[in-house]
Amino acid sequence: MKAKEKIRISIDENLCKRCGICSEFCSEKVFLELDNGMPQVTVPENCIVCHLCDWRCPDLAITLEVIS
Amino acid sequence: MSTNSYKNYLKEEHFPHIWCPGCGDGIVLHAYAIALAELGLAPKEVVTVTGIGCWGKSDDYVATHALHGTHGRALAYATGVKLGNPVLTVIALMGDGDAVTIGGNHFIHAARRNIDLTAVVINNFNYGMTGGQYSATTPLKSKTTTSPLGNAEPGFDICSLAEAAGANFVARTTPFHVVSLKNLLKEGIQKKGFSLIEVITPCPTYFGRYNINSSPVANMHWLKDKAVSVSRYQHMTDEDKLQHFAIGTFVNKDRPDFYTMYQQINDCKWEGGR
Amino acid sequence: MKRPVGKQFMQGNEACVFGAIDAGARFYAGYPITPSSEIAELCAKFLPQVGGVFLQMEDELGSMAAVIGASTAGTKAFTATSGPGFTLMQENLGMAIYTEVPCVLVNIQRNGPSTGLATRPAQGDVMQARWGTHGDHPIIVLSPSSVQEFYDLTLRAFNLSEKYSIPVILLSDEVIGHMREDLVIPELEDLVIVNRKLPNKPIKEYRAYQTENDDIPRIAPFGSEYIVHISSSCHDETGFTHSKPQTADQLVRRLHRKIERNQEDIIQVEWFGPRKADVCIIAYGAVSRTAKQVVVDAQEKGLSVNLLRLITHWPFPDEQVKEALSQAKVIIVPEMNLGQVAQEILRLNSLQTPIYSITRIDGEIIMPSEIMSKIEEVIR
Repeated sequence: MKAKEKIRISIDENLCKRCGICSEFCSEKVFLELDNGMPQVTVPENCIVCHLCDWRCPDLAITLEVIS
Repeated sequence: MSTNSYKNYLKEEHFPHIWCPGCGDGIVLHAYAIALAELGLAPKEVVTVTGIGCWGKSDDYVATHALHGTHGRALAYATGVKLGNPVLTVIALMGDGDAVTIGGNHFIHAARRNIDLTAVVINNFNYGMTGGQYSATTPLKSKTTTSPLGNAEPGFDICSLAEAAGANFVARTTPFHVVSLKNLLKEGIQKKGFSLIEVITPCPTYFGRYNINSSPVANMHWLKDKAVSVSRYQHMTDEDKLQHFAIGTFVNKDRPDFYTMYQQINDCKWEGGR
Repeated sequence: MKRPVGKQFMQGNEACVFGAIDAGARFYAGYPITPSSEIAELCAKFLPQVGGVFLQMEDELGSMAAVIGASTAGTKAFTATSGPGFTLMQENLGMAIYTEVPCVLVNIQRNGPSTGLATRPAQGDVMQARWGTHGDHPIIVLSPSSVQEFYDLTLRAFNLSEKYSIPVILLSDEVIGHMREDLVIPELEDLVIVNRKLPNKPIKEYRAYQTENDDIPRIAPFGSEYIVHISSSCHDETGFTHSKPQTADQLVRRLHRKIERNQEDIIQVEWFGPRKADVCIIAYGAVSRTAKQVVVDAQEKGLSVNLLRLITHWPFPDEQVKEALSQAKVIIVPEMNLGQVAQEILRLNSLQTPIYSITRIDGEIIMPSEIMSKIEEVIR
């Protein structure tokens, strides 16, 4: 990601089934899994926009937006 | 960013989908939509054909034309659709039950005829929808609800089956390997003739629970650990091979498809008729 | 080769193929089976000549599925088979009925059950044609009794199928399929060809299974601007899988209604001999030819006998049969089965008219003498 770009990662709570795949496999540890299983984006600035969390989400619940 | 969003190929109004937490079907659905978007095919140019089972519900979520039929017959419907209107892009989404168990006969013959279709087979080694019974791909000694002490039958290797039957494009991947999944789908859809993309997919609810682990994360780790590239797999010892499976492209050739051959051979016209 | 026209001499199965091509059929998928194979062979020869495709599938399950696939893509499609193959086709026959995909299924009946006498005629599939696929469903079944009628009814089968968005079964038999006789094939411009209804609404308002006053959907072919979702599972007007009790109820009741309300258009019979008679023979297919001979012979003997020939098997010609039951003193029902249509006539027999069933299940056609001796026995 270029320096001046910002990233917005949103998780649709109505779609997420709390499988934990996004937080487990994010190489940059952007997510934190809450006690109820819901993932939370804690350090979005670490995101390298690899899109793997988005594409690996079985529930199509994650949206990644790059805002320049 | 591409202006043609994958969302144009999905009916998101029907989400959340019916699949269990950690099921790979949603990942493949997403990759399928991205592949269609990147290929720039309009939804009206594509017919998605499904059968019965968990993955057989995917027609409810796609915004292309869709045909959902009886168990095992997806490739037979798809064959008719393609020959009924050869300009259509026809893709059959099937599980291991549909494709190579109840529909095994249609599978080998569609590959042999080399009908210009793409078969996307999600192989989760069991019948998820009906409660985790064994299928024709369940490995020997695996536990399912109809093989509680272990399966006495060996499973099919779907890619070998397609290759032996004559498919033009044969590849295997997993939902963990999402980038290759999307790219193989694109390659398969573009290939003229019969293409097979097998996607080894986790079923944490049944096959995973009985044979790997019930956690979605553990099943994704299993895919990550067990899948190796075709070239690496070829250099493995027989013992190591038993513990792994190969992913990548096995066949990529250009045998003329059925309709091309049919037109070439049947080059004759009815005089004065319509 | 040229399209045959005018007076021709051909086999029943051959007339069927020319009827189908004239109706606009451009796709055939089937599996070889006696005594229907000539239909496949002639389709293999002629369909590519008119820009169509013949496909020999791996089995009858796949054949019927491929026929459905081609029809959803907008190509008129059909298949032909006999007993054991007809049984396998029941699976996707149900699919075509439920999803309202027009197509034609030809059954050249042979002796059964199971593989039975493969080369011998029978009429044992009357009830399977009606109820072979599971669940409550409507169906249209037509039964030719001559080579001419095989051509005519094949055309009509496609037309009814397109008009009412339903598979139509042509229930013939080995005798009619294999016999050769004269027929007249009309000029192309004299044919009446019906094509399925297409969407009449803007894309945004379009729902493939939404019907107007006629209960008939307007399902666009795959590939058009109208995105279509066809599902063998219980579906709503958009084709989306739906398991609400109300959706299931409305769908199946509409499927029945669309046929029931059009019975007058669909049902055809032929009365032969005197309009009123003491004895009425009710027959169909090959056996109705025997019955016609009996009517002629009876006149010479001074006996009052006529024939009600069923051309449409299903929906059952209730009104015409009731008329026969009320007019005749005796009803004779000769069939090459153990009384499948006789049972159906009994259902309508509130007047308690005596009904005599003549049955043969040995692969032999019923002879005029068998019917005549029955008549002489019962009117005495």
